[in-house]
Amino acid sequence: MNTPGNVVVVGASVAGLTAAVTLRTLGYDGRLTLIGDEPHTPYNRPPLSKQILAGTWEPDRIKLRTDEELSDLDARLLFGRSAIGLDTAARRVVLEGGDSVSYDALVIATGVTPNSLPGAHHLAGVHLLRTLDDALALRADLRHKPDVKVAVVGAGFLGSEAAVAARRMGLDVTMIDPRPVPMRRQFGDRIAGLVGRLHTKNGVSMRCGTGVRRFFESGGRVTGLELTDGTLLDADVVVVAIGAAPAIGWLAGSGLELGNGVECDPTCRAAPGVYAAGDVASWHNDHFGCRMRLEHRLNATEQAQAVARNVLGEGQPFAPVPYFWTDQYDAHIQAYGIFPSDAELAVLHGELEGGHFVVAYGHRGVVVGVLGWNSPCELRKLRQLVVDRAPWTSILPTPRAVWPGRHLSASLR
Amino acid sequence: MQVTLHQDKCVASGQCVLAAQDVFDQRDLDGVAVLLDERPPAELHDDVRQAAAVCPALAIALADA
Repeated sequence: MNTPGNVVVVGASVAGLTAAVTLRTLGYDGRLTLIGDEPHTPYNRPPLSKQILAGTWEPDRIKLRTDEELSDLDARLLFGRSAIGLDTAARRVVLEGGDSVSYDALVIATGVTPNSLPGAHHLAGVHLLRTLDDALALRADLRHKPDVKVAVVGAGFLGSEAAVAARRMGLDVTMIDPRPVPMRRQFGDRIAGLVGRLHTKNGVSMRCGTGVRRFFESGGRVTGLELTDGTLLDADVVVVAIGAAPAIGWLAGSGLELGNGVECDPTCRAAPGVYAAGDVASWHNDHFGCRMRLEHRLNATEQAQAVARNVLGEGQPFAPVPYFWTDQYDAHIQAYGIFPSDAELAVLHGELEGGHFVVAYGHRGVVVGVLGWNSPCELRKLRQLVVDRAPWTSILPTPRAVWPGRHLSASLR
Repeated sequence: MQVTLHQDKCVASGQCVLAAQDVFDQRDLDGVAVLLDERPPAELHDDVRQAAAVCPALAIALADA
């Protein structure tokens, strides 16, 4: 084992911080530097689109570590500093302003940057939602006068949760997405249809199957938008939540393989002494036999832990069963595994119309995912099917025990 | 080791139960985590540390006891 004496971690959100903390937990006592481009100390992101946006929590509550715990990390903390370049031959990270930091081992954890809509973001009232500052600015704008009209562009996790928060504030909300139902890419048509009905039932005006053609403004502030189907909408606030791209621009010319993220081997290694973790990392997950890049909270933790072990020489493949969740109105939706668009679907617990259920997703003959809707305990128990890659045919009779004669199989295509 | 569980932060992910099933469970109704043992024995400490580390809601706090 060849333990590095000088580890640099670029990115100080969950993945970067967890890599640093895990190195120390595992007994690493060499030099450690943690670089993050935000001025804040590391914080947890899931509450940004939930409690922080809704105003039920203040920022102090989402700190990942207290100042004292950060100090105990015995690391050089460079917050509010951006990495702008990487020289893998000289093993140096270049920082904005011209300084550089040398390393024996590097962990890249720079996350993602939200996609923007051309021609919109110079207008007041148009928001992205990725950072704490974004969430606080959006929250202030949602409250800037009574009866704010909100347009949410993009009906994935973030857009859907932002719509929920705005509805909870009693605001008029329209959600716009070019796909026919919200969260289709994540869940497939059948479950996504239930999410769409949930939003409609809770008073969101859904505009699916259409995009945004242009924005209207007055005095530099957004006043409305025109959709590609010709609809005109008034809007005082627009939330743009149309996905995100891995933050790899600073790695151009580094010699690392860059595609949909930093391309790594199954051990999350991108080059000798260079690893990636969290939203920015694309790696081959041996459990599912495919390359993936995940923007999930738990993955950031687990992948960073695996990377820390591998930095110290363990060299083990990272092959997890992914987990994610979303909270929308009274629905707590959780999922383990992967959810290919051409998967088959089978109900294992409860019923789709009943507000509590677990469904399994089958792909190429095995269970690749399970999704629970207000059924956390049942879902956790059924996770094992994904761990075991249970044959698809083997699960079809099992609902009889739970739910006689009511199992259902449907194509998600 | 003294374990504290902040149920008001819990998002019912169940990761703590997967990591340390002798120390954590979930409520049937809503999946919110339940602490079974505030002072788990030494042989479970690594599992409990992992439970705290993977909790996506930062709902588990550990202290020396």
